[in-house]
Amino acid sequence: MATVTLNNIRKNYGSLEVVKGVDLEIRDREFIVLVGPSGCGKTTLLRMIAGLETITSGDLAIDGKRVNDVQPDERGLAMVFQSYALYPHMSVADNMGFALRMAGVPKAERQSKVRDAARILQLEPYLDRRPGQLSGGQRQRVAIGRAIVRNPKVFLFDEPLSNLDAALRMQMRIELARLHHELDATMIYVTHDQVEAMTLADRIVVVNGGRIEQVGAPMEIYANPVSTFVAGFIGAPKMNLLAGKLQCTSDAAQAILEDGSAVTLPTRPGLANGDAITIGIRPEALRVTADGSLAGRVTVVEHLGGETLTHIELASGQLATVKTDERAPAKVGQTVRLGVDPRRLHLFGPDGRAVSRRSEALQPG
Amino acid sequence: MERPLTQRIFAAVAGWGLAIIMFFPILWMAMTAFKREPEAIASPPLIFFEPTLRNFEQVLDRADYLHFFFNSVIVSVGSTLLGLAVGLPAAYALAFHPGKRAKDLLVWMLSTKMMPAVGVLVPIYLMFKSAGLLDSRIGLVVLYMLVNLPIIIWMLFTFFREVPREILEAARLDGARPLRQFIHLLIPLTAPGIASTALLSIILAWNEAFWSINLTVSNATPLTAFIASFSSPQGLFWAKLSAASLLAIGPILVFGWITQRQLVRGLTFGAVK
Amino acid sequence: MQRNASTDSIGPMISTRPLLAPSVILLLIWMIVPLALTLWFSMQRYSLLDASAGGFVGFRNYVFLFTDPNLFNALANTIFLVAGVLVASVVIGLACAVALDQQFPGRGIARLLCIAPFFVMPTVSALIWKNLLMHPVNGLFAYISRTLGLPVVDWFAQWPLFSVGVIVAWQWIPFATLILLTSLQSLDRDQVEAARMDGAKGLRLFRFITLPHLARSITIVVMIETIFLLSVFAEIFVTTAGGPGNASTTLPFLIYKVALLDYNVGWASAGGVIAIILANIVAYFLVRTISHNLDR
Repeated sequence: MATVTLNNIRKNYGSLEVVKGVDLEIRDREFIVLVGPSGCGKTTLLRMIAGLETITSGDLAIDGKRVNDVQPDERGLAMVFQSYALYPHMSVADNMGFALRMAGVPKAERQSKVRDAARILQLEPYLDRRPGQLSGGQRQRVAIGRAIVRNPKVFLFDEPLSNLDAALRMQMRIELARLHHELDATMIYVTHDQVEAMTLADRIVVVNGGRIEQVGAPMEIYANPVSTFVAGFIGAPKMNLLAGKLQCTSDAAQAILEDGSAVTLPTRPGLANGDAITIGIRPEALRVTADGSLAGRVTVVEHLGGETLTHIELASGQLATVKTDERAPAKVGQTVRLGVDPRRLHLFGPDGRAVSRRSEALQPG
Repeated sequence: MERPLTQRIFAAVAGWGLAIIMFFPILWMAMTAFKREPEAIASPPLIFFEPTLRNFEQVLDRADYLHFFFNSVIVSVGSTLLGLAVGLPAAYALAFHPGKRAKDLLVWMLSTKMMPAVGVLVPIYLMFKSAGLLDSRIGLVVLYMLVNLPIIIWMLFTFFREVPREILEAARLDGARPLRQFIHLLIPLTAPGIASTALLSIILAWNEAFWSINLTVSNATPLTAFIASFSSPQGLFWAKLSAASLLAIGPILVFGWITQRQLVRGLTFGAVK
Repeated sequence: MQRNASTDSIGPMISTRPLLAPSVILLLIWMIVPLALTLWFSMQRYSLLDASAGGFVGFRNYVFLFTDPNLFNALANTIFLVAGVLVASVVIGLACAVALDQQFPGRGIARLLCIAPFFVMPTVSALIWKNLLMHPVNGLFAYISRTLGLPVVDWFAQWPLFSVGVIVAWQWIPFATLILLTSLQSLDRDQVEAARMDGAKGLRLFRFITLPHLARSITIVVMIETIFLLSVFAEIFVTTAGGPGNASTTLPFLIYKVALLDYNVGWASAGGVIAIILANIVAYFLVRTISHNLDR
């Protein structure tokens, strides 16, 4: 059982505020992913939970107990570092058993716990080696093993996969998902990679500029991003974000883009006529069609095998990406028209916040 | 890239040529140490001769040579151990728990090293005299410790700063408090750096000549000051001088060779690595 | 997210004061007490020979000092010695460093031989040179001169300051070599390759890539050597004892003579103050360069 509660957490370095009041309720056994661009404060947040950074103001509670002033090793959590931070002069077994040794656990018990963890991570053949003799993936597993051995209530991961190559990263991602299932522990995971966030998380926390931008299940965030920032950050390839102006008539609402083309909106947003708005269309929701409302020229076609990305320069100069499952819908240099499914359209107001789609839905007819 | 043969031959000749020129005085001294006294001053100089160990025997037979050698050992090792005892905690604090003034503190320590010895010769001499420290080993130990402390702290600081912070943070999460981090992680991780620091301090103290000449008479005289006594005309036995010198520089030369790569950062206060 | 390592602590939980206090207190005493005493003595009439002499004399010692031709002779000798050794050690040291940076068989051993003189104690190196090499009768140089039919030079009588300079330079060339070599080896090989691709080779490569890379190390060599060279003492003490006459008396040696041979404490202290000021001019620039390095 371990819940982690953040209540108006702030962090200042001198006059610089890097975490600007974060509230978050992390449930027991939940896999939470903090995601955001570098410098957004997500790592600082994680380090404050770990106890490696002091909390300037606000309350941090683990299992309902305030732990702001509790030493890191007494908070009942373990952390896997980006650089793994293995002890280079100790064997794998000693690395994994170090925390138990510090806690004064008898040697026999230590060894059996290390062996258990090594079995889970398939590290048994390497227990006598030094970290320097291991591959990147193996070091990563030792770092995780070091965390497991402590049997913590909460696991913290700081961009653990960022030093691995693409293939290994995918394999470790699956392994982490399996571990979460097996260990049944609360996990807090920091990354800037939205794929890791989407695939691993029970809930994603999107952090931007020291604040939480949005919290929710991966598909929920994907389907309903609350801001242009989240919309652009979650999902690959990126959501197409096109700037324009709102034009309302009595029975319809349209976005007039910079090149003058008009895109029909599904709802009439609670905004004034002429307000600056941004429409967002996922690449898979955009399609090449003869009667489309947008026009542009194909600049690059990327074949990824299972899917194809077609990059199109719109008449306004803005770039749009279309994702299709099969062959490219057009050739490079060709002029095409793009159609938008109004139901899959996202609409953001002048402040970049999403405009609710349910309110003021236009009743057809 | 494979260079042409002529270029490689030129590189070898230049490198070895310079090396031999630089080393020649030491080589010549080493050869002289194995000559008999008349051979040592023979003209033309002898390159081939029957080597003898007699000079070494005579030098070592003089009980006082070992006394001076022993003084050098005590003074250099003693000042180094004392310097490490004082400097290690300071370097640790500056590297891992720097306050706002850490940088100023380091620069200030460095600046104390800039004081020319001769500028404070008079007061140190008088203070040593009134404290009864003239010609005492303990006086030299303390003095050399003070002289080398800034270098010790700086050098340790640069080695400590290379330890990845995440390793210490991991240890912190694993329940190791500062003292145990120091013992279980920092000492083993920076052992080569600490050893180089100690060696540099020993080398500098062993070779120090200004204070040893001016503050000792015989009781605490280390080898530097003892060798200086050979400059008097009556001490002009070249073979014995060479043998005594070879014994005096031998161990330090080996230390210097062992630690040459790490010395640079100590001697340049971390500015060149 | 990464915070500057030099400004952030590994954890706020320990007080560093007890760790730093011994070093700070010792160095503070070591710095202030002798300095204050030197300044104080420099304004006293104070002789170890004449106990009756005493009392505050203000700047009179300095007035005597600045009207004494010995001071200017010593200052000039000091400057010649320091400048000469600096030029020699940087130029030859650079040559050694470049030579040792090349690939050739036995490079490691050549390197050890090249830097060996740095580890020889000053009194030993002074005596080797004075006797085995530069002795006017039995020395190796005298023999070589005779063999070549050249006049035999009595080095320490005819060229005292130059001869001392040779010994000191021999000791400090390895220092320059070691530092410049280390610096050369940190030169980015990709940068060299790129410059080669751009058509730079040989001397031009050295002039436009290598030398700029070494500039900072050369500055550091010059400054650190200056600090040490301003205090050269044992080499003079063992070889010429400042002579003949005052021909090789430098400021440190003059102060030593006045203080410990003439026992004129006030006068010597005033000289000491001059030496401290001189060293601190150099030290100021050195400290600035090095502390700049801390901000990385």
